[in-house]
Amino acid sequence: MTTAVRVDRVSRRYHGLAAVDDVSFSLEAGRIHGLLGRNGAGKTTLMRLATGLERPSSGTVEVFGADPFENEDVLRRTCFVKESQTYPDLSVRRVLASARLLQPGWDEGLAQALVTDFDLPLKRRVRKLSRGMRSALGIVIGLASRAPLTLFDEPYLGLDAPSRTLFYDRLLADFADHPRTVVLSTHLIDEVADLLERVVVVDHGRVVIDAEAEDVRGTAYTVVGPVGPVAEFVGRREVVARQDVGAYASATVRGRVHDPERRLADELSLDLTPVSLQELVAHATTVRADDTRTTQGVDR
Amino acid sequence: MIDDGRPIFRQIAERIAAQILDGTLGEESQVPSTNEFAAIHRINPATAAKGVNELVDAGVLYKKRGIGMFVATGARDRLLAERRAQFAAEYVEPMLREAARLGIHPDELRHLVTEQEVTA
Repeated sequence: MTTAVRVDRVSRRYHGLAAVDDVSFSLEAGRIHGLLGRNGAGKTTLMRLATGLERPSSGTVEVFGADPFENEDVLRRTCFVKESQTYPDLSVRRVLASARLLQPGWDEGLAQALVTDFDLPLKRRVRKLSRGMRSALGIVIGLASRAPLTLFDEPYLGLDAPSRTLFYDRLLADFADHPRTVVLSTHLIDEVADLLERVVVVDHGRVVIDAEAEDVRGTAYTVVGPVGPVAEFVGRREVVARQDVGAYASATVRGRVHDPERRLADELSLDLTPVSLQELVAHATTVRADDTRTTQGVDR
Repeated sequence: MIDDGRPIFRQIAERIAAQILDGTLGEESQVPSTNEFAAIHRINPATAAKGVNELVDAGVLYKKRGIGMFVATGARDRLLAERRAQFAAEYVEPMLREAARLGIHPDELRHLVTEQEVTA
């Protein structure tokens, strides 16, 4: 497989503070990647580095084998839909027309279909659009560009749940017909979890998880029940998080559920529940910050 | 639909297998494409492909080049045999454990099963 993005020992410091701290990872071409983490973890900085909007303080960034910074050849193959993207104050129609000029892979038929799907008013000026409509405009541009590298940074501020579902459906459908490298950065992890093939989780400017989405799933589970049986179940297993409420306890255990776990939980009358990707990311990204409660720090 | 605990590709494979077992997907009939599975379940197409390929490796589905995936002849019997082999561990053992926990005597349990049989 070819590599779309290669980040090698990259740091990006602002006034001595490292937003990205000695990070290395690669994104294979033709897959949907999730770039996940809490607010301020360094996700946006990484995407700005990958799209040549910034240069690393140290280390190298390569997109399709070349430095993206001021590299027209690379940038023409890239579409970055930023969080709270701003547009010149033109009509929606003219913003789309400009995107069409800038994006060699632009598909006008798809753009028009998406405009209808999202009910975008073509004649309205961008400044008069609602927050959600402006997000929808970004999504239309991101999908219709069919750029070999497409990055979405929290693309759906102000979009309601049905519109977000519409985005996921259109993304999957168009990706199926026109595979390309997609990076989705979001904190709505539960919504996108099943769409992802690869997951990169950053925390405090560092990569804490870099794995196949299917390998991350099911790597932890929660047992709930009376304190005694929970302690008996846990035994020597590795506990990621634990919470006691009166006589009851809930322990999040690292590892996979196999028959022995299922049988033991059944014998002890404990509930076994899988831990979602969202919770796994929360555990991976809060352990260092504090070890009190693990799910409270999630920015949802 | 898709649950968090188990790999998605396995859940896709199980769902196709279930449809072959209940006759929704007949032998030698065409199964939906990977992209169709991805769209229906809102999952990554590569993950859907992995689930389909698992059944190809198991000889349940086979590929007709340029046309798509089909249910193999004999697939239903094979799946049925597999399911029967797992039945005791998956259904009978948990039922016996729960019965013991509730103090239901084996005779009573047998009676319950017979009774259910009549109403079912």
